[in-house]
Amino acid sequence: MPLEALKEKWSNTVDIISIGATKAEGGSRDRAVKVGGQTGLPYLFEESDIPNKPVVAFEISDIEPLDWPNTLKEPYGKTLKDPVEWAVKCEKEFKAELIAIRLAGTHPDNGNKSDTDAVKLIKDILSAVKIPLIILGSNDETKDNLILPQCAEAAKGERCLIGDAVQKNYKTLAAACLAYGHNIIAESPIDINIAKQLNILISEMGMPSNRTVINPTVGALGYGLEYAYSIMERARIAALGGDKMLSQPFICFVGQEAWRTKEAKASITEFPDWGKELERGILWEALTANAFLQAGADIILMRHPKAIEIVKKNIDELMQPITSNQ
Amino acid sequence: MALSGLDIYKLLPKTNCRKCGFPTCLAFAMQLAKKAVELTKCLEITKEAKVLLESSAQPPIKLVTVGAGENKLEIGNENVLFRHEEKFFRPAGIGIILEDSLSDAELSNRISQINKLHFERIGQNISVNLIAIKQVSADKAKFINAVKKVSELTKLGLVLYSSDAESIRPAAQLTANRKPLVYAADKNNYKELAKIAKEFSLPLAIKEENLEKLSELSGAVSSEGASELLLDTSDKPINEKIWDLTQIRRLALKKNFRPFGYPAISVVKNKDNYEQIIEAGIYVLKYSAIVLLEGFAPEEILPLLTLRQNIYTDPQKPLQVEPKAYPIGQVSVNSPVLITTNFSLTYYTVLSELEASKIPSYLVSVDTEGMSVLTAWAAEKFTPEKISESINKFEIPQKVNHKQIIIPGYVAVMSGDLEEKSGFKVVVGPKEAAGIPSFLRNL
Repeated sequence: MPLEALKEKWSNTVDIISIGATKAEGGSRDRAVKVGGQTGLPYLFEESDIPNKPVVAFEISDIEPLDWPNTLKEPYGKTLKDPVEWAVKCEKEFKAELIAIRLAGTHPDNGNKSDTDAVKLIKDILSAVKIPLIILGSNDETKDNLILPQCAEAAKGERCLIGDAVQKNYKTLAAACLAYGHNIIAESPIDINIAKQLNILISEMGMPSNRTVINPTVGALGYGLEYAYSIMERARIAALGGDKMLSQPFICFVGQEAWRTKEAKASITEFPDWGKELERGILWEALTANAFLQAGADIILMRHPKAIEIVKKNIDELMQPITSNQ
Repeated sequence: MALSGLDIYKLLPKTNCRKCGFPTCLAFAMQLAKKAVELTKCLEITKEAKVLLESSAQPPIKLVTVGAGENKLEIGNENVLFRHEEKFFRPAGIGIILEDSLSDAELSNRISQINKLHFERIGQNISVNLIAIKQVSADKAKFINAVKKVSELTKLGLVLYSSDAESIRPAAQLTANRKPLVYAADKNNYKELAKIAKEFSLPLAIKEENLEKLSELSGAVSSEGASELLLDTSDKPINEKIWDLTQIRRLALKKNFRPFGYPAISVVKNKDNYEQIIEAGIYVLKYSAIVLLEGFAPEEILPLLTLRQNIYTDPQKPLQVEPKAYPIGQVSVNSPVLITTNFSLTYYTVLSELEASKIPSYLVSVDTEGMSVLTAWAAEKFTPEKISESINKFEIPQKVNHKQIIIPGYVAVMSGDLEEKSGFKVVVGPKEAAGIPSFLRNL
């Protein structure tokens, strides 16, 4: 029987989001990071264009993380105590393309740092590194509404990505991102309908759809990974099929989920059958990221430099030009 | 691909001869579509129509069995391209490759380590399925010896990994009752290997460099009489593998393309400890029914088996945990008592936060039939009555000497009612599990 490949043609394209503004664009970044623009499902080059590769963002924190295992702290050493030095290390030593600063310490239960502290830190990081920045709140609604707009103002023109906006609290952040020229992260709880609804609400405030990124809320390997995996597949299929309110790129918060799991943290003495803890933790994070890449992830937040190195190498292989043999 | 009654009718003689026992060809076609009668009842059907109808009655991807007895691996019979459309049915077999050049001692050592690669997760046992013995030495006897050794030392399924029919034949003879997979037939050896597969009723993998050639080989091998096949499109860059695996699945499901109506097998080419797991993971996600790799360290295999478990979970039927009061950490009579549902994801999310908090607690999983907190509450499976009943059934009053329970923030509204029904003081916890550690610290 003769063989004819079965190719899918889609009517819509994933939006292209640009993070970071260069001098020419009114910011001070060395370069902008672009994601999105796919015309088909992940890595099926024979039937689609994939103009931009997915990127990994190093996730750092404004305070020394209390819940990180030693295997994760070790590569960063004493820079964990100084977020600016930490950011520089990511850029210089680990060749980060993107940095995500989590303002965890502004949470009332976690040190309650002030808006002044947060604004100063954002300014310091922006002057210390030249790569684009993602700014994340502490998930305390009141505090985020106080702090994030001021950070957005302090980073005016740098075209950061700021989050997260959620269905019941998106207006303050959306207004700030709109006013100061940033992109916004729209978070939905593993729910395609809420993802779409929130995108509609944000776009109704005047935000162009190519400045929104969908955070579908992912679970780690072994902890609900498959829910987000399928929500992302469904959303991307809907987007490619023509749904403009789901055609934004995905951001996946892999590091925070993977490194919370017992499998990533537990020592070999605690679970001898599970093997070496360092390798296990690295793979737990890398394999979680790997699965979401296959479901269409565009930006992945990660923590361990070795896990990031593995995932970036995988991305390079996935994005290699194909030597068509069909 | 199942045909409708009308599709079948078009292929019938339309003579209404009644020899089948039905008044009209259309009536017969309707019964055929329901699989209520056999096609052989139609005496006047053309040969072409018969072939078409017979092939449409087969599942689009054949069920293939590797191994025998309790460790047998059944793969294939998949129906969808995306798990949300229904589910992925038969979890991919994971196999570890051992080369026949290993010393006897090293072989035994590795086999015993591979035999230990089973883990319990979310109440399920997940394990490696196969050991592949790969011929790398020119000495045939070495391969046979390794096959013999492996078959003696493991109950796992076997893969005879060689392209040399002269080596495969004695190995197949030796292990035929274990129903090993023969890997792999190519354009040079397929006649001999198909003959062996047919003779000993063994599954046979076939391998070619591209889809076109693979489809031709598939046809050639099945005309030689080998009927349980696995498809391999050879070593190539990962994105080309993804395309090939997607095409095989698509063509089988959407076009009922018979040469691809078999499960796929992928062999990991990466040697790096980490990268081979990433590559294997992509094969598991992308339709490979068997994945062979060299790594066997538990820290590498546990994540891979977990990924397989996740992806082959039924999206329509959520995993559940046994409803009970779970002691988390070194609990005492003063430990806090938290209430949640028996939906696995909820339970394990709460569990991991409780463990992260390092505060020993009781976690009571109420039988909500696998629904999450809000869904169960809306469906009246997570009510003050049910929670009170569970607390007593799981003997919380006997386990702790306080009268306080913590409920999920999303069901704060039931506090008053629950206090009345249970006699416990109700404390409203955070809405999201992530808030539990800081909540407990401030309790």
